[in-house]
Amino acid sequence: MFSILQSLWGVFQHTWRRRVTVQYPDRKRTLPPRWRGRIILSRDPDGAERCVACQLCAVACPVGCIALEAAEDEHGRRYPEFFRINFSRCIFCGYCEEACPTCAIQLTPDNEMGEYHRAGLVYEKNDLLIAGQGKHHGYNFYRVAGLQIGGKDKGAAENERPPSDVRSLMP
Amino acid sequence: MITVYVENQPYPVEPGDRNLLAVCLSLGFDLPYFCWHPALHSVGACRQCAVKLFKDESDTQGRLIMACMTPVKDGMRISIADPEAAAFRAGVVEWLMVNHPHDCPVCDEGGECHLQDMTVMTGHVRRRYRFTKRTHRNQDLGPFINHEMNRCIQCYRCLRFYRDYAGGRDFDVMGWHDDVYFGRHADGALENEFSGNLVEVCPTGVFTDKTMKPHPVRKWNLQTAPSICVHCGLGCNTLAGERYGKLRRILSRYNPNVNGYFLCDRGRFGYEFVNSPRRLRQPCLRGADGDRPAVGPAAAVARVAGIIRGGKAIGIGSPRGSLEGNFALRELVGPDRFFHGVPDRELELVRLALALARQGTAPLASLQEAAACDAVFVLGEDVTNTAPMLALALRQAVRHKPAELATRQRIHAWDSLAIRDAGQQAQGPCFIATADQTRLDDIATATYRAAPDDLARLGFAVAHALDPSSPDVPNLPPDLAAWAQRAADGLKAGQRPLVVAGTGGASAALLPAAANIAWALIKAGRPAQLCLTVPECNSLGSALLDGGGLESALAALRQGDVDTVVVLENDLYRRLPAAAAAELLAARHVIVLDHLATATTAAAEVVLPAATFAESSGTLVNNEGRAQRFFQVFVPEDGIRASWRWLADLIVAAGRAPAAPWRNLDELLSALSAAMPVFKDLRAVAPPADFRMDGQKIPRQPPRYSGRTAMTVHRDIHEPQPPDDADTPLAFSMEGQPGHPPPALIQRYWAPGWNSAQALNKFQQEVGGPLQGDAPGRRLLAAAAGAAPPYFADVPPAFAARAGEWLFLPAHHIYGAEELSSVSAGVAQRAPRPTVTVNDGEAERLGWAEGREVQVSVGDTVQRLPVKRSAQLPAGVAALPAGLSGQPWLPLPAWGKISTPSIPPVGGASATLRSMPSLRSTSSPASAPSAHSANQAPVPPGRRPGLQAGSSPSVREVPA
Ligand code: SF4
Ligand code: SF4
Ligand code: SF4
Ligand code: SF4
Ligand code: FES
Repeated sequence: MFSILQSLWGVFQHTWRRRVTVQYPDRKRTLPPRWRGRIILSRDPDGAERCVACQLCAVACPVGCIALEAAEDEHGRRYPEFFRINFSRCIFCGYCEEACPTCAIQLTPDNEMGEYHRAGLVYEKNDLLIAGQGKHHGYNFYRVAGLQIGGKDKGAAENERPPSDVRSLMP
Repeated sequence: MITVYVENQPYPVEPGDRNLLAVCLSLGFDLPYFCWHPALHSVGACRQCAVKLFKDESDTQGRLIMACMTPVKDGMRISIADPEAAAFRAGVVEWLMVNHPHDCPVCDEGGECHLQDMTVMTGHVRRRYRFTKRTHRNQDLGPFINHEMNRCIQCYRCLRFYRDYAGGRDFDVMGWHDDVYFGRHADGALENEFSGNLVEVCPTGVFTDKTMKPHPVRKWNLQTAPSICVHCGLGCNTLAGERYGKLRRILSRYNPNVNGYFLCDRGRFGYEFVNSPRRLRQPCLRGADGDRPAVGPAAAVARVAGIIRGGKAIGIGSPRGSLEGNFALRELVGPDRFFHGVPDRELELVRLALALARQGTAPLASLQEAAACDAVFVLGEDVTNTAPMLALALRQAVRHKPAELATRQRIHAWDSLAIRDAGQQAQGPCFIATADQTRLDDIATATYRAAPDDLARLGFAVAHALDPSSPDVPNLPPDLAAWAQRAADGLKAGQRPLVVAGTGGASAALLPAAANIAWALIKAGRPAQLCLTVPECNSLGSALLDGGGLESALAALRQGDVDTVVVLENDLYRRLPAAAAAELLAARHVIVLDHLATATTAAAEVVLPAATFAESSGTLVNNEGRAQRFFQVFVPEDGIRASWRWLADLIVAAGRAPAAPWRNLDELLSALSAAMPVFKDLRAVAPPADFRMDGQKIPRQPPRYSGRTAMTVHRDIHEPQPPDDADTPLAFSMEGQPGHPPPALIQRYWAPGWNSAQALNKFQQEVGGPLQGDAPGRRLLAAAAGAAPPYFADVPPAFAARAGEWLFLPAHHIYGAEELSSVSAGVAQRAPRPTVTVNDGEAERLGWAEGREVQVSVGDTVQRLPVKRSAQLPAGVAALPAGLSGQPWLPLPAWGKISTPSIPPVGGASATLRSMPSLRSTSSPASAPSAHSANQAPVPPGRRPGLQAGSSPSVREVPA
């Protein structure tokens, strides 16, 4: 009996406490940028697709909800021919982001992904690709890698010497 | 047993000449290495395999040694984990990484890279070097191999494989200090037929598979199964990988009895036909209006059953179809109405090879036995083009001589550089007698060039020189007798002589001649072996079923007792003259089961899409009578089914049996082994479907197979159940027991810390030795040991050139001569242009420059081809390409004419590249455009067919 009254009193006291519940969706909280929500594919500083289709995010994914197929353009640049994430399976663990060597795949604070049909949660590359660099600014994988692509010759990456002349005898 | 102490623990080790690295790996230790390879042995170039060696128990200091260059000794004390050794190894990797590009995400080696594995193993994780990296320009090495030279770590494996092991000459090391470059002198396709092995030999991503490059797939994303190469009769073992319904690549699957570590380029890159747009994917029925809409399987089966119920069907089998498919067809039509899908002449040759194997005293050599031989005689066969891996084996056979010389100087058998230096230019005896020059001539002690009958006579002469009781050759010219004597002496000097012949020489006299040599050697007390090549992957196996060839089928058709022809995996236009093929296909009903749309399927009333080796499981019998199982890699999404499944349904639907005669592969195999005693071991070829490891199936997909819940959801959000596999103990899933399955079922090599194919070390009983578990495959044939040699006595008369005529021989080519691989884009790119090869002197006399277009008439077939001149082809003989797509089938060898066309060529040389059914043919050779009077090919007086000593091998460069 006493404990019931005590509880009622406790609840009653909350009437004057500051509210923590926000009136979602009328009011929305700002989530920290490291929040693990909807996944996007970003672009490099030159505006080109960052993803090089290395398939590391796919293998890191514990539920296997990322499927992609690699392809190559005529100048040797790799890109995903298709890139599909099944968000109805995704557990937003962020392993893909951690595995990605090019900062292409990133989790964003957006978490409003409700759908009436599960099929609506299958996102293709078009749905995933954003216009900007996302959280990581300035990184361009191909400026570091040794691969020659359109617009970047052999030996033109960071910390590279020009291609050596194997017929030269100069030390 | 000797004892080796590793970290003060004693380990028993088989005594023998072994290096410490191989021993450590065999004991299961993880010791990093780069330049050592179990087939290429040690050179000590990379300094990665450092371990500590201690004098005795009291020695605490020890010294660093290179394990791969240290012979193992009893009582040896070493430490792998010693901090100094570990730091040294980490240091070596750090140096190698100084110039290594930041490429892993875009490198096709990534995920199965030996350099990645070794870097992780040594613990090097952070880059300290902050200066610039050297870079290199890449070369275009042709359609098979991609070159990315920046990734090189200078281990010299590629060079040692390409030049020393495979005999290539157009690849070398250039430059110096940290600028060494591995490549060709200029851009261009790698000429060697085994260049694809660089993909596996190179521990980094310098050489990768270019056929996979348009859509690269990581190893962890490939669904793989053990398979057998279908592109020639040797039956090399392969690992085939699939992703998203497409076959992505072929890797070699280690089989110590067959192909060892390697594959030829036809076998590695010929797979693309599986993904060809020419694939048949749905059953088709020809309607009344002639077009053929796709229908469901039930409708197709009902239609065919209705046709067959009439009871007048014959079946035409296939030398490239599995035993199961051929047998099922034979059951459908009845044994006496089953015919082999090859011309009678070819069938007789293969049956002759079978008879030699069963009745003779010489056993058939496997590829590895061939490589172990130390004296070789090749009679009439261009092995590089008809059985490529045999050429690689023969190259190893002649290397026993330098190894022997080195052993006498107490050089270790694995010390490959020292052996090469000690052996100088020494090569074991290898005699090559063929019609034209071959790609093996550089290892020949002596070569002999003549027409097939003369080659056979030479063979009989060699046998007679070895054993005078074997038949003599009448009228043998003295220089030829001397050559034969020399070859006989060379073979007799060998401890393990080998005689190679085959069906590619297209002469029935060559096989008996080769057999006589081997039998004479056995009589002389040498353990001689015979190696006989056959045309296709199941030529020998299908020939074990009785039945005649295509001409017999045609005869049956003409007798009128046939209204339906069922063709199994066969394009008759590649086996018969166009008119004969058309006659067979003009039967009232034609039913064809095949993989690709061909001229034959175009003539069919019903086409049933048949599964390739990648979409079905079955058994093939290779040239030495070894039955081997290939396993389905993936389940195709469309109407494609294994031929034997179609045929089983037809048997029921046509009322030939009340219920399905076999519901799965094991039942079919049981029926087959019960039907014919030669197949009694067939079920032992690989474990049956109910085989389980720890109660589980063996997964085709690696444990990290990705995208399982996303691959198909764009079509249906509900993920499908993995398909069931009733035929094999493998599962189309990542679930199961991925451990070490029996060798016949090994679907991928992987071990903790070893993601590259070098994980194979962990599957062998000892590195380079047999696999753990029962050897895969079973040999179905055994030689009649101890019997008296049943010498053949039919020595053919000497070849006589005919005035105004040429004897046309088939010229085989590794790329393009085989039907399926020639559909693959990469192989097609390397296929030769069709030419007619004639003797240089003759061409000179007739004024035919190289490339000059001439008109070639063989029988009814007239075609225009450019001339190719050969300095070595004998006079009176010409060579035409065999099996090249777009070329008409010719019954080679055959006599015919070459004339210089008087009408200007239409559309140049490409006018010859017409598809077969639309081929120009004139009704009789007489009506061909008039020939020039110079159209004669007599043998120049005083000139014997080419007889020459083998060219001495050129100097080989030695890595530093
Ligand atoms: S890990 Fe990054 S670069 Fe690699 S496939 Fe995924 S998103 Fe693309
Ligand atoms: S060779 Fe190996 S380590 Fe080098 S980039 Fe390729 S995958 Fe990475
Ligand atoms: S290219 Fe040759 S030397 Fe360089 S890493 Fe590959 S195999 Fe070794
Ligand atoms: S030698 Fe023959 S069986 Fe072996 S890989 Fe080459 S084509 Fe295939
Ligand atoms: S493996 Fe021993 S030095 Fe290269």
